[in-house]
Amino acid sequence: MLAQADIARIVSRMAHQILEKTSGGGNVVLLGIPTRGVPLATRLATRIHEVEGVTVPTGSLDPTMYRDDLRLRAVRPLRVTDIPDGGVDGRVVILVDDVLYSGRTVRAALDALAEYGRPRAVQLAVLVDRGHRELPIRADYVGKNMPTSRRESVAVRFGETDGADAVLIVGGGAAGDAAGEAAAGDAR
Amino acid sequence: MNRHLLSTADLLREDALLVLDTAEQMARLSDRSVKKLPTLRGRTVVNLFFEDSTRTRTSFELAAKRLSADVINFSAKGSSVSKGESLKDTALTLEAMGADAVVCRHPASGAPQRLAGWVRGSVLNAGDGTHEHPTQALLDAFTIRRRLGRLEGLAVTIVGDVLHSRVARSNVWLLRTLGAKVTLVAPPTLLPNAVADWPVDVSYNLDAVLPGSDVVMMLRVQRERMSAAFFPTEREYSRRYGLDADRAATLPPHALVMHPGPMVRGMEIASDVADSPRSTIVEQVANGVSVRMACLYLLLGGADEPEEREVIR
Repeated sequence: MLAQADIARIVSRMAHQILEKTSGGGNVVLLGIPTRGVPLATRLATRIHEVEGVTVPTGSLDPTMYRDDLRLRAVRPLRVTDIPDGGVDGRVVILVDDVLYSGRTVRAALDALAEYGRPRAVQLAVLVDRGHRELPIRADYVGKNMPTSRRESVAVRFGETDGADAVLIVGGGAAGDAAGEAAAGDAR
Repeated sequence: MNRHLLSTADLLREDALLVLDTAEQMARLSDRSVKKLPTLRGRTVVNLFFEDSTRTRTSFELAAKRLSADVINFSAKGSSVSKGESLKDTALTLEAMGADAVVCRHPASGAPQRLAGWVRGSVLNAGDGTHEHPTQALLDAFTIRRRLGRLEGLAVTIVGDVLHSRVARSNVWLLRTLGAKVTLVAPPTLLPNAVADWPVDVSYNLDAVLPGSDVVMMLRVQRERMSAAFFPTEREYSRRYGLDADRAATLPPHALVMHPGPMVRGMEIASDVADSPRSTIVEQVANGVSVRMACLYLLLGGADEPEEREVIR
């Protein structure tokens, strides 16, 4: 669906939108949601630095232990949580994830974030919004709205984690939710 | 992961590493102001202790509470057990109360294994007789990896009462799985007969082994398990197998001194060695909570049975 050059342009636009909406990004902290929210957060920070010269603290936030669906499938491995020095108190925290789908990951991330302090505001940036929300959550910065069927999975690949940049839609048709979810791992 | 944690002998390398990696994330929580996680809310963990143990029971209790599980402490003294109830009936009682996990310490080797056949929940062995104490070995491995960065290829020396030590057994199997080389040092009377079949080297000379050790683990001389005279006098034991300052000075500069506790200062370890910067004894206690949190999370954090798992969107 998206190739390397498309993703670079989208990240660049999102970086500009963040700078615009946060009046220069001075008080911003970017927290990527593992796995692929982390490289996306790093890329946004890099682009923001190139455009405006500000260095935005960047880290990661693993919401696994706050999920509401832990008992519905096999135990999930934990990912790294790394809150930048300076913390989140009074800052504008932008949660960064690759795909926004049901909204349950973001809800868990909001709970996890609350344990680390009280941000002045929390915003959400996603590369792909594929719809089908199950909670009243929306993103402040969307790279690409991608209408999908629930039977499909959206797979985001980054050079840092997967060797090359791409956004793919996989599954659909006879594959069904079950096989798609089980096989795709990080795809949503 | 298996449904139970009964021994390190049957723990796969990938599962052992998963416990250590999970514990690493749990350990980061102790740095933040709110240490509690909602992860095991609504789950019940029973501490079933047929032997006195303050440190292990407290560590498991704190680990379960940090994960928001409900904890019930069930000790043999002053309970139905002292009135003659069998292990099986105790297990069925706990089962009826809806225990999701039973943390069991028992003076008989194999008791947790039996328990695992009777209850629906997960059983965690917190020390059984002279058999195993898997979470102690996992926290020791975690402590070594945090301090030295790896386990593969390290020379680990375990000194003292190996015969009665479940900690030594669990460590031998786990360290083998994780690629460390283990040497046991003890008087011949305090080594089990089967030691020839273990994946270890054996030495009776501590001074010869120390200069090549990356880690030296001191074991407590378990007076309460000593039914016969295993060595002539405590003073002689301490002279030959105790770690004093002069001996510790022959260790390589990076080497660690470990002890599972409770230690007898002046017997197997000298006070100034126990309090030296290379000693990890206090860290081991702190790491114990993180490792037990990891074990509880990995055993209780997912769906109960694979077939009960629903596919979620």
